[in-house]
Amino acid sequence: MSPVRIKDNWREQRIFDRRAIFAGAVMGLLALALFGRLYLLQVDRHEYYSTLSQENRVRTEPIPAARGLIMDRSGEVIASNQPTFQLELVPDEVPDLKGSLRRLVKLGLLQAEDIPELIRTIKSRRSFDSVPIRLHLSDEEVARFAVRRYEFPGIDIKPRQARWYPHGSLAVAAVGYVGTINEHDLKHINAAAYAGTAVIGKTGVEATYEKELHGVNGYRQILVDAQGRPVRRPGVFAKDLEIKAPVPGDDVILSLDLKVQRVAEQLLAGRPGAVVAIDPWNGNVIALASSPTFDPNLFARGISEQQYRALMDDPQRPLFNRALRAQLPSGSAIKPALALGALTDGVINPQLPVYSPWAYHLPGSRHLYHNAMHENCGSVDLSQAIIVSCDVYFYRLAHEMGIDRIGAWLPNFGFGRPTGIDIPGEQQGLSPSRAWKASHFRNPADRVWFPGDTVILGIGQGYFLVTPLQLAHYTSILATRGLSFAPRLVTGLRDPRTGKIHWKRPILDGDLTMISPASWKIVVNAMVGVTANPRGTAYWQMRGSPYAIAGKTGTAQVVAEDASGAASEREYKKDKTLERLRDDAWFIAFAPAEAPRIAVAVLVEHAGWGDVAAAPIARKIMDAYLLGPNGKLLPHPGRGRLSEPSGIKPRVDPGIPATPTPLQQQVAEASP
Amino acid sequence: MIYEEISSESRTRRTLTGAARVLLALKMDGPLVTGLALTAAYGLVVLYSASTENLDIEVRTLMRLVLGTAVMLALARVSPNFLRRVSPWLYLIGIGLLLAVTVVGHVHLGAKRWLSFGPVRFEPSELMKLAVPMMCAWYLHERPLPPKWPTLLTLGAIILVPVGLVAKEPDLGTSALIAAAGALVVFLAGLRVRVIISLLLIGVLGAFFGLRYMHGYQRERLLTFLNPQADPLGAGYHIIQSQIAIGSGGVFGKGWMNGSQAQLDFLPERTTDFIFAVIGEEFGLLGLAALLLLYAFIIGRSLYLSMQTPDTFSRLLAGSLTLTFFVYVFINAGMVTGLLPVVGVPLPLVSYGGSSVVTVLAGFGILMSLHAHRKLMGS
Repeated sequence: MSPVRIKDNWREQRIFDRRAIFAGAVMGLLALALFGRLYLLQVDRHEYYSTLSQENRVRTEPIPAARGLIMDRSGEVIASNQPTFQLELVPDEVPDLKGSLRRLVKLGLLQAEDIPELIRTIKSRRSFDSVPIRLHLSDEEVARFAVRRYEFPGIDIKPRQARWYPHGSLAVAAVGYVGTINEHDLKHINAAAYAGTAVIGKTGVEATYEKELHGVNGYRQILVDAQGRPVRRPGVFAKDLEIKAPVPGDDVILSLDLKVQRVAEQLLAGRPGAVVAIDPWNGNVIALASSPTFDPNLFARGISEQQYRALMDDPQRPLFNRALRAQLPSGSAIKPALALGALTDGVINPQLPVYSPWAYHLPGSRHLYHNAMHENCGSVDLSQAIIVSCDVYFYRLAHEMGIDRIGAWLPNFGFGRPTGIDIPGEQQGLSPSRAWKASHFRNPADRVWFPGDTVILGIGQGYFLVTPLQLAHYTSILATRGLSFAPRLVTGLRDPRTGKIHWKRPILDGDLTMISPASWKIVVNAMVGVTANPRGTAYWQMRGSPYAIAGKTGTAQVVAEDASGAASEREYKKDKTLERLRDDAWFIAFAPAEAPRIAVAVLVEHAGWGDVAAAPIARKIMDAYLLGPNGKLLPHPGRGRLSEPSGIKPRVDPGIPATPTPLQQQVAEASP
Repeated sequence: MIYEEISSESRTRRTLTGAARVLLALKMDGPLVTGLALTAAYGLVVLYSASTENLDIEVRTLMRLVLGTAVMLALARVSPNFLRRVSPWLYLIGIGLLLAVTVVGHVHLGAKRWLSFGPVRFEPSELMKLAVPMMCAWYLHERPLPPKWPTLLTLGAIILVPVGLVAKEPDLGTSALIAAAGALVVFLAGLRVRVIISLLLIGVLGAFFGLRYMHGYQRERLLTFLNPQADPLGAGYHIIQSQIAIGSGGVFGKGWMNGSQAQLDFLPERTTDFIFAVIGEEFGLLGLAALLLLYAFIIGRSLYLSMQTPDTFSRLLAGSLTLTFFVYVFINAGMVTGLLPVVGVPLPLVSYGGSSVVTVLAGFGILMSLHAHRKLMGS
């Protein structure tokens, strides 16, 4: 029998009702759990989620400060800013860094060989900062990227101010340049302060005054959507967005006189060399040139690996700042310093004529030290020896002074130590001494100071090394009759917002008071004789100058160095050897001799004799600085719109008459 | 004076009874219709903001509501006896359509869910949300309650066949809802507690092994639910962003159209599955509480109506439809707040899109039919 099916509606209704009520209770419990969850999210953790929501939608974008301008003493701008477009990348937002960069190479916006360096730089910056990967896009490149922009998440074109050097290579040795911030730079700067900054000063004033030029970056908070795109929606989303304005960098005022600088670079053009011209009364650098030069805009725009290689591989080494870093023997340019030392120490009688034949030998030695042209000077006193640059006279003088005296005197004139110029990279040359030689050589036999080492020091050869800057600094000490100012390029900083200029005081770091006015008179007059006396080594080049020039030629013998680093005395005849091995020509001068306004040192590498190659350049530089358009001496030479108020009055040597022409005549007449 | 008072009072009563008469004629339940209308209106307001002022979406939602209302009105007029009689046929048609989907279905976003009839696209799984509980109720109507084991086995087959077909599409959310709708019928029929417990155990074990045969994204969703921070920009993104939206809304919310998470596109699926989070962000805890109270009212009223129906079929079906509605709401709210894994379940009457609005309103149409015709059912 099958079971009887009885539908008991009342019972089923009861079952249902019980179940429904039970279900209602369960639903109530679940609803309670839901409310508990909502309470946790919206009340308990409200702050936390509010912060997350804020972080979601607000992105902080740096506003780079405008880099300060760099201008010369007349306000002519040497380094300025130019609006450009650059490609920037936010590492956090790029899903496939290498792939994206590779596709940019395909688009022709990057160079394949720059990729490894670029990746290193990107990796070293903060992952949420925008990193410039390509500066200075052309309009065409901007357009090319713009149409493919969607393929490059996290990479965008940004309008920025890029460094621009309107005069190209002019004054690059002094001003330096900026370049893209690399791994190395990041070790020295605060990454947060440089967020949004594309470039950093690499050399020259751009590097020294990086902090002042850079300014303080600001920032703005912008509203972004989930894709990181900026959203423009007024009102409620934007109301708490912060903005902090950047503080522009200070403008840097240089002591450079671009008019003179231009002349210097034009005269050097095509041959390796350097020019440094200094205002002796404050150390202001009037011109500082190194040749050959290069266009700093290459670096400011982000130099490619290929361009950089080309500059590095150039045999003339344009990137080598000769004015600061070339270390050469001074040649005869050192003679005035030795003469002053010998006079002060009473080693020589300046009036006593000394017979100086074509060669000199040490007592008890057969080794001959020749005059440069193997000429016979005859019987000459100190003044004449300087005028005709008689080597034999100075071989003897050096020997009589001895290395200890010479070694003590050379640093007085700034040799063997940094001049303290306010740009990085200067070499300190070498002022030899017994102690130096004893510590420098490995071979004990080489550590002994030989009398022969002293003899060739008399004509600025041997171990003695100077830089063009040191020689100019030395010349300025001669010009002031003993005052030493640290050379400087930057005279003032100008706040671009107020226009107020903060002037820097010149740094007086030495005064050779032990040298008597009489000694100064003898030596300076002799230097005037170099240019004014028909026998003077620079007479022909300086002839007819409307002001008195105190000058000295020098020829640095190009020497081959042997394995130990000691200079051997092999000399090369200028016309018979490769240009590379020819002697380097020096000329130092200051003018007007009685009240100097400019001291200049000129180096022309591999040129031959100093009087032929370097002297005319020095002459034209002094002319450019001292003479007005009418060919007459300016009352205030080198006075520019932004020249600092003169605090220090030139100390004129009382022994020298105020008017220039009589001095020239006087010297010319007194000479043999 | 007295006359006037009485007459005004009676006029009021007349008006009320007039509205009641209209509702009666339409077989509508006044309170329930009011609750549904308020919820739908709330949904439209939120949707306007969530869609960032997209009128197109607004109009389309309105059209779906109109269509749903029409279906609801039509179904409310249908006699429960007819509904009961067509239940097995509807179920069989549904199974047939699901099979058709597996063969000629329309593939969209990696899932084969749709059948195309010219311009109209139709999701058979939506039909099954109603057809399965109807079939279960129909089957139990004839049998004594609580159900015995053979009955339960048959019911298991009735439920699992469509659930399996929908899960294969794959549409885990809908298949779970269909399973819930069927299971709730059985539950309301008085399934014994120890059977429920053993079934739950089997379910847990099944889920454990099922995990191995899940689609990659389904497994990922579950794992993400367990640890959303493991992949914040990938699979965990939805949950994290929706919690940020709700949490940052606080008690009072950021204000209509001012939810940055929603307006700035941080919240994914903000018009559809995650619209709950938009309400939480813009109207805060109070806004969510208001919505949940509306839902509670709808569910309470529906449960009350189900208890008043005269026969087993009506009771089971009406009760199941009510509880399923709760399941919709709870699963959606649970997933958006991070209580439950992310399964694609829309918030009923509020989420944009799909045929879900029509299905939900159709369910309520059936429920009201079952209630309204209670006095007509003699047998």
